[in-house]
Amino acid sequence: MNAIALPVSERDIADTRHDTLFRWLLGATAVFVLVTLAGAALSMLWGGRSVLASEGLDFFFSADWNPVENKYGALVPIYGTVVTAIIAMLIAVPVSFGIAFFLTEVAPRWMRTPVGTAIELLAGVPSIIYGMWGFFVLMPVMREHLIPWLDSHVGTLPVIGKLFQGPPIGAGMLTSGIVLSIMVIPFISSVMREVFLTVPSRLKESAYALGATKWEVSWDIVLPYTRSAVIGGVFLGLGRALGETMAVAFVIGNSVNFTASLLEPSTTIAALIANDFGEATEEYRAALLLLGFVLFIVTFVVLAIARLMLANLSRKEGNR
Amino acid sequence: MNAIVMTPRDIAAARLYRRRRLVNIFAIGLACAAAVFGLAFLGWILWTLLSKGLAHLSLSLFTQDQPPPLEAGGLRNAIVGSLMMCGMGVAIGTPLGIAAGTWLAEVGNHRKLGTVVRFVNDILLSAPSIVLGLFVYAAFVMQTGGNFSAIGGALALAFIVLPVVVRTTDEMLRLVPVQMREAALSLGVPQWKVTMQVLYRSALPGIVTGVLLALARISGETAPLLFTAFGNEFFSLDVTGAMSAVPLVMYKFAGSGYENWEHLAWAGALLVTLFVLAVSLVARTLLLRNKISND
Amino acid sequence: MTHLTRIDAMNDARLAVAASVRDAILPTDAPVKIAARDLNFWYDRFHAVKHINLEVPEKRVTALIGPSGCGKSTLLRVFNRIYALYPKLEAKGEVLLDGENILDPKYPMNRLRSKVGMVFQKPVPFPMTIYENVAYGIRHHEKLNKADLDARVELALRQAALWDEVKDKLKESGLGLSGGQQQRLCIARAVALKPDVLLLDEPTSALDPISTSRIEQLVEELKRDFTIMIVTHNMQQAARVSDYTAFMYLGDLVEHGATEQIFSNPVKQQTEDYITGRFG
Repeated sequence: MNAIALPVSERDIADTRHDTLFRWLLGATAVFVLVTLAGAALSMLWGGRSVLASEGLDFFFSADWNPVENKYGALVPIYGTVVTAIIAMLIAVPVSFGIAFFLTEVAPRWMRTPVGTAIELLAGVPSIIYGMWGFFVLMPVMREHLIPWLDSHVGTLPVIGKLFQGPPIGAGMLTSGIVLSIMVIPFISSVMREVFLTVPSRLKESAYALGATKWEVSWDIVLPYTRSAVIGGVFLGLGRALGETMAVAFVIGNSVNFTASLLEPSTTIAALIANDFGEATEEYRAALLLLGFVLFIVTFVVLAIARLMLANLSRKEGNR
Repeated sequence: MNAIVMTPRDIAAARLYRRRRLVNIFAIGLACAAAVFGLAFLGWILWTLLSKGLAHLSLSLFTQDQPPPLEAGGLRNAIVGSLMMCGMGVAIGTPLGIAAGTWLAEVGNHRKLGTVVRFVNDILLSAPSIVLGLFVYAAFVMQTGGNFSAIGGALALAFIVLPVVVRTTDEMLRLVPVQMREAALSLGVPQWKVTMQVLYRSALPGIVTGVLLALARISGETAPLLFTAFGNEFFSLDVTGAMSAVPLVMYKFAGSGYENWEHLAWAGALLVTLFVLAVSLVARTLLLRNKISND
Repeated sequence: MTHLTRIDAMNDARLAVAASVRDAILPTDAPVKIAARDLNFWYDRFHAVKHINLEVPEKRVTALIGPSGCGKSTLLRVFNRIYALYPKLEAKGEVLLDGENILDPKYPMNRLRSKVGMVFQKPVPFPMTIYENVAYGIRHHEKLNKADLDARVELALRQAALWDEVKDKLKESGLGLSGGQQQRLCIARAVALKPDVLLLDEPTSALDPISTSRIEQLVEELKRDFTIMIVTHNMQQAARVSDYTAFMYLGDLVEHGATEQIFSNPVKQQTEDYITGRFG
């Protein structure tokens, strides 16, 4: 065995030491990211612990939200959050798919990139503007036209009629759902379009060569190929809809009375927190923090599912 | 010339083709309708923004502060507050984000911990901003005596910037060819120097793009500032006290019912939207130029 | 020679030569610079390089040839321990550079890096000026004043046959050069540290034929100052450029000898099959 004749140089030692320090510093910031998530969850839980202790499960199932008497049943905001998000998705998903289909198969080629870019830029418009538009433009329309029509024509039907009865105020879960859907459409359609564009053209060309129509290529080839990613994109949109504050705060009506009707004022978690936090007492703030924690957990689950679905497509494409 | 004879099979096939064509036309029609529907609404919103906002854009927006109801005024304090808090938010979030993104790309790339951090970062990326505002309230504002401050607001914004920059840095560094790393390391240069002197230089345009996109995003955020910066009617440069921001003023003024306040809200809305669009366009052009030069 | 006459010649010659050519340790006309002794390499659990004994003579060009996946690039990358960057890669055995085992953990990486330089398949100039590209490595290892540094940069660029083409644009970005020029810049960058050994990993496979032949000429000149190992999947290039050739197949070193001998009368049947294109 040959021994090492010369000693290790000083620079070598310094370099190794610096490198280790470098890696540790970077690692610390990476851990910080983890800490942020955990911290967000725990701090809200901790801040709302008194209310959790006093209300227990009632917090989730009671509709009695009365800050004056320190009673906090959050069924109304939770219900409102879920329902507005569902309405938003019911409108946004088909429309987004239609837009994505239009942009990838139907539109003339010169139109595709500019319109696609325009939609992506629209996805960056701050949500408060959607809320303001909803308040100043959509609500009057709802109040004067749509709600009276729904109330008299659909509100009288059995079973679903209950959902569509209400005074012509304009605010409520339906209006909020519509505003949310418009806000989410640019986002979901951008994701879908991007995903559709990853389908290898060989695949589509083979289908066309067999005589498939544009619709059949999209429905039978593109959609199944991108299914995971599309679902992932939809879940991402759902996550945004659930947590959205400003688009909803103007048009939800801010009422904590339980109503099954989509046309009567209601509230969502985010809107309630935004509206009431400023003037709230310490106890009330604790309740709102707990509410924030609930929202966080719900969106966490939705986003985790979205991530798993998107990772699925990435794996299919052959990435790590 | 022989007439073409249609066999029963031909007729059945023709019927099938017709049906499929009808379905196709119907679907395309629906898609066009959906596109028109969606784009029409978006156009309607933009049109509302433009018409209501332009009508009330004036120089006084930049020279006068937030007025009491029914009096004339501007948005100067809000604009300054927004600029300050966005600037601070970017200044805090960017270095942390670059560092964490570098770790993901250079050290933790194939490790389990790296997968976990990436996953958590993606969650943070799409988390509702109101949640991040509540986090800063509970962890910072409450712990410092319950005082609202611009620093708190900047922190909340920084937490929105952080995951964006982490993701961008991670992806941009991973795009740098592996041979460049190996070439630099085989010269005997230590990893930290290679990362800072070679890799960052290569990935820089992409990282800057990410920072710009994060800036565009936070400039329109309202909810996280509600419980941290809270808003301030008066002009202030004190970062330890409550501070105004354009979206906060918009939120307060828009639903108020006072006409002059509503006008200011729309003017502010237009300003913010123009700013966001301008920054986004710059970011995209940068990204496109970078892509072209790299291919 | 046509294909058929070459086979006849080989058959005749083999009978005569077989007796005199023994194992992989070959008689060379130059001292041994690098010697691999019972070298093994694993990608996780895949045994990529098996029991290699190889001697690389000083200031000569040694080519590593073989079909895809035979382990030639892997072997090359052991010689500067660049594999150490990645997890789950392991080397066992000895690689003696001037008699010292570079695989020994106590062997200083700094010394290894300044003695052994590497040029990769894809030309990767750093995103800096041409001058900075060449000076980068030097700056880290030595403290030179401007005049000395300028001289070193010029020397390296001359050795890479690039000086005349870039001497007026040293302050321009390295990315603005053509593919062939970029690769010569990478060579200049490597020789700037005055290594003893140059490892070239398929240096021309991404280049056009004209740039390729320029670099092959360059290799002829460089061997005056450096010991060169070149991995190439292009047999004709190996025949043109190298003094010694090692043929690898599925991780084994099948045959190693003077290039002339390998290409005209290889000892092993496998070598002959590869060279005549029966597989590859």
